[in-house]
Amino acid sequence: MFFYNLRLARMSLAKQPGLTALMVAAIGIGVGACMTIVTYVYALSSDPIPEKSDALFAVRVDSWSPDEPYWNSKPEEAPEQLTHRDAMALLESTIPTRHAAMRKAVYTVVPDSDDVAPFLNVARMTGRDFFEMFQVPFLYGGAWDESADASAESVVVLGRETNEKLFGDTNSVGETVLLGTERFTVVGVIDDWQPAILFYDLNNGETNPVEDIFVPFTISDQREIATAGNTNCWKDEQIDTYWDLLQSECVIVQFWAELETPQQKAEYQTWLDNYTEGQKALGRFERPTNNRLSTVTEWMKVNDVASNEVLVVMWVGFLFLAACLVNTIGLILARFIAKAPVIGLRRALGASKGAIFRQHLLEVALVGVVGGVLGLVLSRLGVMGVRRMLSDADRLTGMNLDLLLLTFGIAVLSAILAGLYPTWRVCQMAPAGYLKTQ
Amino acid sequence: MEIRPILSAMWRNRTGSVLVAMQIALTLAIVVNCMFMTKQRVDFVNRPSGMDIDNIVVADSVGFGNDYEHDRTIDEDLRLLAELPGVVAVSTTTSIPMSGSGSGDGYAGSPDKDAPRQSANYYFVSEGILDTLGVKLESGRAFRDTEVRRADDPNLDRLSPQVIITRALADKLFDGEPAVGRMMYDGLGEATEVVGVLEHMYGAWVTWSSFDQVALFPQRTEGTQTRYLIRAEPGRRDALVPLVETTLSEANRTRLVRNVRTMEEVVANSYEGDRAIATTLTVAVLLLLSVTGLGIVGLASFTVRQRTKQIGTRRAIGARKRDIIRYFLLENWLMTTIGIVIGTALTIGINYALASAFDVDQLNYVFLVIGMFLLWLLGFVAVVAPARRASKVSPAIATRTV
Repeated sequence: MFFYNLRLARMSLAKQPGLTALMVAAIGIGVGACMTIVTYVYALSSDPIPEKSDALFAVRVDSWSPDEPYWNSKPEEAPEQLTHRDAMALLESTIPTRHAAMRKAVYTVVPDSDDVAPFLNVARMTGRDFFEMFQVPFLYGGAWDESADASAESVVVLGRETNEKLFGDTNSVGETVLLGTERFTVVGVIDDWQPAILFYDLNNGETNPVEDIFVPFTISDQREIATAGNTNCWKDEQIDTYWDLLQSECVIVQFWAELETPQQKAEYQTWLDNYTEGQKALGRFERPTNNRLSTVTEWMKVNDVASNEVLVVMWVGFLFLAACLVNTIGLILARFIAKAPVIGLRRALGASKGAIFRQHLLEVALVGVVGGVLGLVLSRLGVMGVRRMLSDADRLTGMNLDLLLLTFGIAVLSAILAGLYPTWRVCQMAPAGYLKTQ
Repeated sequence: MEIRPILSAMWRNRTGSVLVAMQIALTLAIVVNCMFMTKQRVDFVNRPSGMDIDNIVVADSVGFGNDYEHDRTIDEDLRLLAELPGVVAVSTTTSIPMSGSGSGDGYAGSPDKDAPRQSANYYFVSEGILDTLGVKLESGRAFRDTEVRRADDPNLDRLSPQVIITRALADKLFDGEPAVGRMMYDGLGEATEVVGVLEHMYGAWVTWSSFDQVALFPQRTEGTQTRYLIRAEPGRRDALVPLVETTLSEANRTRLVRNVRTMEEVVANSYEGDRAIATTLTVAVLLLLSVTGLGIVGLASFTVRQRTKQIGTRRAIGARKRDIIRYFLLENWLMTTIGIVIGTALTIGINYALASAFDVDQLNYVFLVIGMFLLWLLGFVAVVAPARRASKVSPAIATRTV
């Protein structure tokens, strides 16, 4: 029966190729336009580390000015970074399973070989826990050990690209590399690793590539390494030197903690609140206590990774699809009404309403499938357009099974939704009236 | 022409008419909102910058190692760059205006601790900055070369004694009074004298509300980094890019030369998202108008075919071709108009929803008027061909199958 209906649908669609093409085009264009923007928003809002995103927390303490909120648009939120001294203090807590302070820096890599010109590299100054906390895969070696953090040892974890430049993709663990004026020992090389959204650093460019050099955060506390990330200050204080900056109220450090259970989280929250209470006694933290632990996805929302502008375009995409669907409903209705005499004949010959309904629904579903294929092609074209327009879109517009199924799902569902009313209408027709004119 | 028979025909085909009207309404709502938002983006991107962005080349220099000498490098770079063919002027800067990276601070127009502070982007620049950026001095003077403090100046941490600010900042600081000769104060109460006021230039962050409030201080940056702005004679910019790169790289091997590119690229990058949104919305408008137009053609053609006999009958009893065409045009005009009326409400509703959810601005109703005319035109154009086909139905058809 299914194949019989399929043949009927095919024949019926082939009979009026112009109208059929219009319906397929309407669904295809609607789905294509909608899915282009959905693909982009999907990448911006999907969880970059689903295995443990609920156990990872961006840690914030509100050390900002008593006179004005940090974010004018979100006065209830604390700054996205910490002062250097608060970060150092938070590292003392033993409650989190893992935790890491971090900030960006730029190092000049001076290769030992004269064949390779010196080059600049963005570095992340962070703790050993960074790697395990964020499940960073290692190609060679591993993270440095706790003592390296504790005594700010000159150890480095390289990215694959830098390792290739310096050591030709060999195991470089134990080798040394000159970064600026300091010689570092390689302890590990990370494998290719690139979250679509750089969730652990959302305030320096959320689509930036992962850094290619990692060194202990504590180095920033011992040696003068300028920050290459956001520096935000509110207090009028004399900041002449690097060391002044470290002691200032300027927020420059990002902080993450891994908290596996709600109890652990509650305990840590209390610890933070106690810490800031203690600081209040010293005349700091003049705002109401506002210490925040945000999961990865919460953190992406706070930072508007999927910005209002992009969400507006997404809603326009949905409306666009709706307009295309209304168009399709009209066209399907016209087709089915034109077929009324045939339907009347079939009903008169004994076809039940149900049979007619199924047959026509299959016909619109067929339109949906073909429209879905067209929509898929068009959305890939749209995505190519987006990539041309946005330099950081390459990583954000990949295809995956979810999106593939979603595209087809939306196309077929749209077609069926659009066909539901016209199909119902043709089933309601009394056959007699149409038989007369035959 | 009688409207009644048209209305009654539409009533008999309620669903079809409602669908066309809905289609028109949705199209109007989307098209108007998209056109409005596109225009906003375009205006945003096209704000006059006050700078000769099209003729400027930028370059970064980062020193490394123990042999690097900062001031000497800058002295030599400035000399070499100025000697390059086609160069009009050269300056150092801490960052590239409109690049999305830069520094900001708050300044007051009086030493009073409670005086309101005005936000501004600040840049450390050398004496050639005004000619290099092509910004216009409104009053006062440019920096003298003796005023530019070198990186080894022991007092470099103190505020520069002179500053040039934009008119927008001057107005905020001094309530519109003449600013030249007045003192400007930072958060620590240090003072600097306003020696010049610029008509206009932009600072670092394109979305910032204080984007046009800029302060230029005559000094170099400590450390090992500096940036250069190089203004070329018109038409010579692109040839200069590789020349700057090789000249700087070969002159001094104790530093890296990076990001040599045109300022146009830098600025375009800052507006990339806005451009992408404007383009996307424009494509959406064009696609939707085509889909809707084709949809109307399809439906009208279908109606004409359905009514072949009636048309034949009307022709047989005396209706002229013109009457048939007019009938279909009028019928379609009625449906379009109903759609536009509903669409107007929908347009405003959607704008309101977007405004409350995503901070979109309130609609400028000019776009609604433009949208209405667009859709009337579209409805008309789409139905012309089917209507003409209808008018060609032979009266004989009427007699054939009855």
